[in-house]
Amino acid sequence: MTDISQNPQARQHGGVTLRVAMPWIVGAFLILVLPFVFQSNSAITIMNQMSITIIFALSYNMLLGQGGMLSFGHAVYMGMGGFLCVHVMNWDMFGSLPLPVLPIFGGIMGMVMALIIGSFSTRKAGTVFAMISLGVGELIAACSVIIVVFFGGEEGISGDRTYGMPFLGYEFLSQIEVYYLIGFWLFVSALLMFLFSRTPIGRMANAVRDNPERAEFLGYSSRWVRFNSFVAAGFFAGIAGGLFAISYEILTEENLNLVTSGSILLVTFLGGVGVFFGPIIGAIVFTLLQTVLSLETEIWSLYVGALFVATVMFFPSGLAGVLMMHAPAFKLGKWQMLIVPYIKTLVPAALCIVGIAGIVEILFHARHSAVGETEMTLFWITFDHTSIMPWIVFAVLAIVGFWITRKTAPDLVEAWHAATTPDEVSR
Amino acid sequence: MKKFVKLSAAAMLSMALGATAVAAENIKIAFIDPLSGPFASTGINGLHQYQFAAEAMVNEKGGVLDGQNFEIVPFDNKISPKESLIQLQVAIDQGIRYIAQGNSSGVANALTDAIDKHNRRNPDSRVLFLNYAAVDPALTNDKCNFWHFRFDANADIKMDALTDVIAADQDIKKVYIIGQDYSFGKAVAAAAVKFLGEKRSDIEIVGNELHPIGKVKDFTPYSRKIVASGADAIITGNWGADMLGLGKSVIENGFDGPIFTYYAAGSGMTAAFGDSAKGRVRLISQGEINPIGSEEARQIYNAFKAKYPDGNIDQSRIFNVIGMLAKAIEQAGTADDVVAVAKQLEGMEYDSMWGGKLFMRPQDHQLIQNMHVGVHTDENIEFDYDNSGFGILTESTVEMASMDSATTCKMRRPE
Amino acid sequence: MELILVNIIDGLVTGLLLFMLSAGLTLIFSMMGVLNFAHASFYMLGAYFAYEISTYLGFWMGLLVAPLLVGVVGAGVERYGLRRVHQYGHVPELIFTFGLALLIEELVKFIWGNDQVPYQIPEILEGAAFTISSYNIPAYKVFMIFLSLIIFGGLLYVLTKTRVGMIIQAALSYPRTVEALGHNVPLVFMGVFGVGTALAGVAGVIAGPVLSTFPGMAFVLGSIVFVTIVIGGLGSLGGALCAALIIGWLTTFAKAYNVRMEDILTGIGFEKPEPLWDSAWSDLWTLTSPQIADILPYLLMVLILVFRPYGLFGKRDV
Repeated sequence: MTDISQNPQARQHGGVTLRVAMPWIVGAFLILVLPFVFQSNSAITIMNQMSITIIFALSYNMLLGQGGMLSFGHAVYMGMGGFLCVHVMNWDMFGSLPLPVLPIFGGIMGMVMALIIGSFSTRKAGTVFAMISLGVGELIAACSVIIVVFFGGEEGISGDRTYGMPFLGYEFLSQIEVYYLIGFWLFVSALLMFLFSRTPIGRMANAVRDNPERAEFLGYSSRWVRFNSFVAAGFFAGIAGGLFAISYEILTEENLNLVTSGSILLVTFLGGVGVFFGPIIGAIVFTLLQTVLSLETEIWSLYVGALFVATVMFFPSGLAGVLMMHAPAFKLGKWQMLIVPYIKTLVPAALCIVGIAGIVEILFHARHSAVGETEMTLFWITFDHTSIMPWIVFAVLAIVGFWITRKTAPDLVEAWHAATTPDEVSR
Repeated sequence: MKKFVKLSAAAMLSMALGATAVAAENIKIAFIDPLSGPFASTGINGLHQYQFAAEAMVNEKGGVLDGQNFEIVPFDNKISPKESLIQLQVAIDQGIRYIAQGNSSGVANALTDAIDKHNRRNPDSRVLFLNYAAVDPALTNDKCNFWHFRFDANADIKMDALTDVIAADQDIKKVYIIGQDYSFGKAVAAAAVKFLGEKRSDIEIVGNELHPIGKVKDFTPYSRKIVASGADAIITGNWGADMLGLGKSVIENGFDGPIFTYYAAGSGMTAAFGDSAKGRVRLISQGEINPIGSEEARQIYNAFKAKYPDGNIDQSRIFNVIGMLAKAIEQAGTADDVVAVAKQLEGMEYDSMWGGKLFMRPQDHQLIQNMHVGVHTDENIEFDYDNSGFGILTESTVEMASMDSATTCKMRRPE
Repeated sequence: MELILVNIIDGLVTGLLLFMLSAGLTLIFSMMGVLNFAHASFYMLGAYFAYEISTYLGFWMGLLVAPLLVGVVGAGVERYGLRRVHQYGHVPELIFTFGLALLIEELVKFIWGNDQVPYQIPEILEGAAFTISSYNIPAYKVFMIFLSLIIFGGLLYVLTKTRVGMIIQAALSYPRTVEALGHNVPLVFMGVFGVGTALAGVAGVIAGPVLSTFPGMAFVLGSIVFVTIVIGGLGSLGGALCAALIIGWLTTFAKAYNVRMEDILTGIGFEKPEPLWDSAWSDLWTLTSPQIADILPYLLMVLILVFRPYGLFGKRDV
């Protein structure tokens, strides 16, 4: 669904053009190079988490974005795949199994679960599907604390990845080795999922999403098409689960519960469901928010909640949708027109947000800090929350920023229209 | 575009993680517990106790070794095992060698497992795990390792002490056991059955059941069953909303015997129980608050209340953690070699300001200490919880509880 | 025997409380097609508002004012949030309410803190109303039953006997036709959303003191409300009532009686594996009904959706 694929010429040629392959080459290059930029183990751990979330979100988007199926229980397929992989790690035969093939077990498990559940849940789309996924999700999450043999109760089950057969001499002791394993699977899964969306089945999923009746008239069983997408999504979710098992060596109830299912919906939507690479952006941004922002402020989830509500209200096509809005401007070569209006609007908008966040933080500190601890540090400045100055500064920032943003926003919209409309003359 | 996003993400990453190179000579302790989400209040209150203990017991007295201070670095694990492992990695990268965690045995299990693996795979950056509240017996039995130290009594020890008190009360003939359906709830139930059978075989266990954890909205049906069973006492390991819901519901529906609990105080619960649970809710814990153990403890508590008027010292063992760690570092003469520090902690005897002696049992790293059973009341309370006027008054004490209890731990020590 | 009667009363209380929540939701859901994930959050807001008011003016003023406030907040959310998102389609609407639920929970924590607040029942309703053999029936529960019955009656009257009710009923079944007839459907939507959330607010006000008022109370109730309206059938108030009562009694009885899987399995001729703890099926054999009581509604919903996708009383697909 990117601009590339919509270009009829690219498809007519049939072969792989450089333009089609370019994003993948860049992606592979980034996967290879990033650990040299961020060498600390924690950065690599966070990147591993990102990669797993990316696969999971892409798989979720096969349902939501490409198939029009809203699921509240997608964590089930990832979790089941992961649980099976940890069990495999604890088998005796694991010693003769190279670790990199382990995620396939997870994928198959996810697929089997999707086969079973999909057989009755994909009969209808819409609310029926959503509610069945919610019910099944709750049931399996509840089972996870009851059936201790398989799920290990709330402690979960753990394994040791290093007991596997060494692969090309690597035992996967260090984070960086695991990173490349996950990176490899990230690339392969993303590519496979992209190719799936180009197959006739993938295309039919779009048709069924948009108008199931017409698809039926064309002779396709919309149920069958949904079922196919569902099973494929289950497979890739299981792969993500297997990678989770490798990275953390433990799976618990949280991998199956509603919170995980709900957050992957938010991740995917934040990134943008309409574009293939949308969930990738969503996963990166969300993981950063969750792990990095929570180191900086206690009320990070307040900001995340506000971000989601704002995204839905103002950018329903997600972050990727916002990026894609600018594609025409680049094609027409008029993107320079946008720079000045953007600076004029975004800088005050950022100041406004800083102001609001500042006031919220001061309020929070004033309410919750210890008696006598009036000093606080915000945006690298240390001040006293009882003095009036910071309040005024942040209030002024917020109000003035808001006022300027409102003033300049229409100009930005106008500039954007101008930049994305072809010139009369040039046509 | 993708590249741009990745690059800016990368910039954020390096800002957040890179700028944390070890600056001062402080000895850092990573506090990995929930600071947001449903258990945030417990986590934040614990953090305050850690910070206060580090200030009052170490830093204001000139620090340890040659004037090194303790610094508590908070990490929010959102009570998720996955997040805990990520934050553990971040903490290790920041050069932190001491990890403190307590809320949820599930998280503790994940952490102790991960720390064991990390220490095996990375001998240069080994860390110690100071578990101050996770009480799953397995942590000092089958799953024990050299790096894990538990400063709270485990569920079995607590139940041993609790059943001593129950066994002494001849009015109790029938007991109802109810708990949350997970490892800890099951451990409590199993221990209760075992100890009651040993100590008072005439006590009839009229009910022994589990309910889903954190999912029960209304405990009325359970209360009806308990009342119908004719039980004289209830034993429960419930915590949080499940404890409050169960306690309020059984009292409201006409149960009039004692309720023996593990976690029915603090975090707003004492205030919410209020008058209705007076003289009814009994609590097993270490560390006496009423009457307070020593003059030093009284001063510390008053200073804590002056600093955090809304806080409670409901986990006084946190002060023992800091005190014992400081002593071990002094004796080892280093804070960087955690093996040396751990060897000092093993077998350490320590006089707690909350009263009594502490002994870190070397064979399983379980702290042995006096256990107290207290009652929820507003009489003779010097230090209340939640500013409600109600608090826990010690009724009976078991000295050095379970000193000789068996352990299945086979500790493997580094050379 | 007495225990059965007592359980019926307890189940009734649970069911009616659930009904009060689902009544508003089923109106909103069937009319606007919005799966309002924040509905339980309005229930929480009701409890917190009432707590705040009750510390100054007492419980009864809280009962009167808090639902109105919640209704105003709800109407505001519809007017300035949902209506904007409505144009993008149903999924963004749902995600909006999803995010809203997150945001409300965070705001509640920000304002009232993480702990439960001491929101108490009024003194006049403390103690038992009457006893059945040795079982107390608290006066507050009797009050809850009466209040919910009054509200159900009032709702039924408004919907069937008044002009506004007729329009709403018509809009439930044929929203487009009603719009074509010249009614101000956006206004009706806003009104219904406000009233629906206010009903959730009432439920919060009266449930807060007994089920405790804490920031997680919305999440605990969360999805069970959807289950209720899906089982009952979309747009059917009677169905919502019926489903709420079924769920109330089902969970109450499953908790009150220890039906053991062991008895069932041996009853149908399976042999108990020995020793049990070593068997892979030990978890199945030791299962009891209280353990699974709270997930039974979900099982029921899945079964109903598979075999009867329009719910018990619904006329159109969910």
